[in-house]
Amino acid sequence: MSSLTVTGLTKAFGATPVLTGVDLHVPAGGFTALLGPSGCGKTTLLRLVAGFDEPDSGTVAVGDRVVAGAGRGVPARQRGIGFVPQEGGLFPHLSVAGNITFGLPRRRRADRGRVAELLALVGLDADLADRAPHQLSGGQQQRVALARALAPEPALVLLDEPFSSLDAALREDTRRAVLAALAAAGATAVLVTHDQAEALSMADQVAVLRGGRLVQLTDPRTLYRRPADLDVAAFVGESVVLDAEIRGGRALCVLGALPVDGVAADGPARVLLRPEQLRLGPPLGAGARALVHAVDFYGHDSRVWLTLAGGGTVTARLEGTQLPAVGQEVTIEVAGAALTFPAGARAARPVLADPAISGTRRDPAARAG
Amino acid sequence: MTVALAACVAALALLPLIHIAGYTADVGWSGVRELVLRPRVAELLWNTTRLAAGTVAVCAVLGVGAAWLVARSSVPGRRTWHVLLVAPLAVPAFVNSFAWISLLPGLDTYAGALLVVSLSYFPFVYLPVVAAFRGLDPALEETARGLGLSGWAVFRRVQLPQLRVALLGGCLLVALHVLAEFGALQMLRYPTFTTAIYDQYRATFNGPAATMLAGVLVLLCLLLLLAEVRLRGHRGYAGTGRGAVRPAPPVRLRALTAPALVALAGLVALALLVPLGALAYWLAGGTPAGPDWGDLAATTGTTLALAAAAAALTTAMALPTGWLAVRARGRTATLLERATYLGSSLPGIVVALALVTLSIRVTPWLYQTVPVLLAAYAILFLPRAIVPVRAAVEQSPPLYDDVAASLGSSGVDRLRRVTLPLLAPGLGAGAALVFLAVVTELTATLLLAPTGTATLATAFWSASSALAYGAAAPYAAVMVLLSAPATVLLSRHTRRGPTP
Repeated sequence: MSSLTVTGLTKAFGATPVLTGVDLHVPAGGFTALLGPSGCGKTTLLRLVAGFDEPDSGTVAVGDRVVAGAGRGVPARQRGIGFVPQEGGLFPHLSVAGNITFGLPRRRRADRGRVAELLALVGLDADLADRAPHQLSGGQQQRVALARALAPEPALVLLDEPFSSLDAALREDTRRAVLAALAAAGATAVLVTHDQAEALSMADQVAVLRGGRLVQLTDPRTLYRRPADLDVAAFVGESVVLDAEIRGGRALCVLGALPVDGVAADGPARVLLRPEQLRLGPPLGAGARALVHAVDFYGHDSRVWLTLAGGGTVTARLEGTQLPAVGQEVTIEVAGAALTFPAGARAARPVLADPAISGTRRDPAARAG
Repeated sequence: MTVALAACVAALALLPLIHIAGYTADVGWSGVRELVLRPRVAELLWNTTRLAAGTVAVCAVLGVGAAWLVARSSVPGRRTWHVLLVAPLAVPAFVNSFAWISLLPGLDTYAGALLVVSLSYFPFVYLPVVAAFRGLDPALEETARGLGLSGWAVFRRVQLPQLRVALLGGCLLVALHVLAEFGALQMLRYPTFTTAIYDQYRATFNGPAATMLAGVLVLLCLLLLLAEVRLRGHRGYAGTGRGAVRPAPPVRLRALTAPALVALAGLVALALLVPLGALAYWLAGGTPAGPDWGDLAATTGTTLALAAAAAALTTAMALPTGWLAVRARGRTATLLERATYLGSSLPGIVVALALVTLSIRVTPWLYQTVPVLLAAYAILFLPRAIVPVRAAVEQSPPLYDDVAASLGSSGVDRLRRVTLPLLAPGLGAGAALVFLAVVTELTATLLLAPTGTATLATAFWSASSALAYGAAAPYAAVMVLLSAPATVLLSRHTRRGPTP
């Protein structure tokens, strides 16, 4: 295993800049997720690291060895970097065993024991070895692709959105199997994804890319609790963003005077809350008054759309089955502290990015009507 | 590098067209008027167009009708009928013509030509239309019924528009084949441009007259291609849903089952049983001494060798064009690909004539040699190789190259272990299609084969021209046997047309 260090990497396709100076360090043995919306340059970064494309400037180093930039261009085949593409990319003319042993030296390709070992590593039965790729399920194909990448014992493994083509149930199992295999192999791994839940749950550090630039590089908890700006906040989870006035270490806003996370100077600001910080109380309770506008019930929890007495809408995520009815009057209490951002910060639209509910964003007004 | 190779291939494909255009310019307007504006040319034009129009009409009716019965009705034995309806493609048109004229010498009329040529070419309409019928999503028809349309209105407003591209493609193929047909019409003594060009060439070796006739023929071909593009339009019918189309429930024929069976049986009898029966008849009672086995074996050997060489050469030439069309999509690639299609849509007699004239003038040492013959085969049959090669390149995206590189495989190693194995089926299919086309090629071979070199087609031709039907039959039988496996394959892969 080796660390990966990317310094000042830039790349443009024609006149379109894709990466504009990316710095990134992945420690040896670590699992880093490159998270970003589509078109942010994360796949380009992966291809530059793998050696499929040449950077315009900047360097890529695996361990202490510079493999790209600074006048060096080590071809992909000499970098010792494993690659797992989207949908697996298994060679269709080779069996599972033929795929797994593709990167091994010729004399070791006939070693059935090694094939069985690698299949076991990714949690597959040894009797799959003679199947053709098209006879495997999507999840099995991904696992075989990982086994193929791990077979030559690479210094680093790159995974390019490997779970995006799988359905929800299969995705969970495959993720767990991949994590276990990577841990067992002790490989350094970089995963590209646009799915924040995947990045937060799998990686031990997350690099958020936006517009060809690294915006934040930190562990998942810090990323969720203390996002660098409101856009990142909205991208990694649902958010409630309110205008506020900071006075004496408290944020005064429509939800009342909220404790502030960290130190904030007095004056106008914007504050970020997560919907799970909002609690509902009885109509005559202490908090701000609001009307229940719509309720999205998901089973494990629910989202409640609330219209504030002073106008504006916020969302709360509630556990349990004791849910308010639409039209009911409630009060909102806030648990925990609010995170402050400068007053001019761009208002981020709430992004519903929980995989269980992706695609269910709807207009609450229409819903309530 | 690849672009340069593909450009050379395109230039070769366009060589006959360029030659004829250049020749016309040399002759000048007065020469063209003298050679083209003649009653003889008008007569040929009338003969050619009425035969082409008639054949297209008959083939469209036969093809769509048969396709509907096989793909959409409850007629018994639909799979068998499908194979039997594709099978006439295994019998070259000139063999079919030989069979009919040897049985009914009175067929040397317009009606006779129309009958024989239609029976040979209706599968060109049947195949794409049956594929289109099978690809129709029954959900669309159900939706139309749900909107209150009658059965006939559903056919006219929902099915027919979706069949249009397939039907037009099939009709274009039939028309181009009629324009290019030489052997069948010569045997029926029905004069068209091809037979006139051949006679002119044989009788007087008269370059200008033959070339000008070829020019008119080329013009007809170009008009047809343009008309098809205009009629087809730019609209494609893209499916909006994903996933496999579920098969439609067949339409119950009930009392019409017997007439439908009789119609299909009649068509198969005329298109397949008559030529095969005639061949069997002449084989059985043809020559008292029986076939000359040694000569037959030698001719078969020559044919197979020529076909194998042409297949290898043409497939190799198809590789750069097919590769570019997928890996470097864009104007240049499209232009280079279309150039080969345009070149191959010219009749064999035109290509052969152009190559004869050019080789005599520019490279006399190549006149009547195998390389020129192979070049003609390549020009005529390039698209048959390009289409499957292109499909194979599409099956092998650059991703596999990247993955192999990340696994430590070098350029040469990747070519050997990834690219070639992935392309092999496409290269094989392309080579097989070219091989089979060459086995039954008559016109270009007649003009270009080195003196003393006889293929199955030319040996058959000289025997049947001498009215030695019994001596001709064995050559025809071998050609049919060699073509049969490809035809069976074609009936399985209905989604691909018979030719691009």
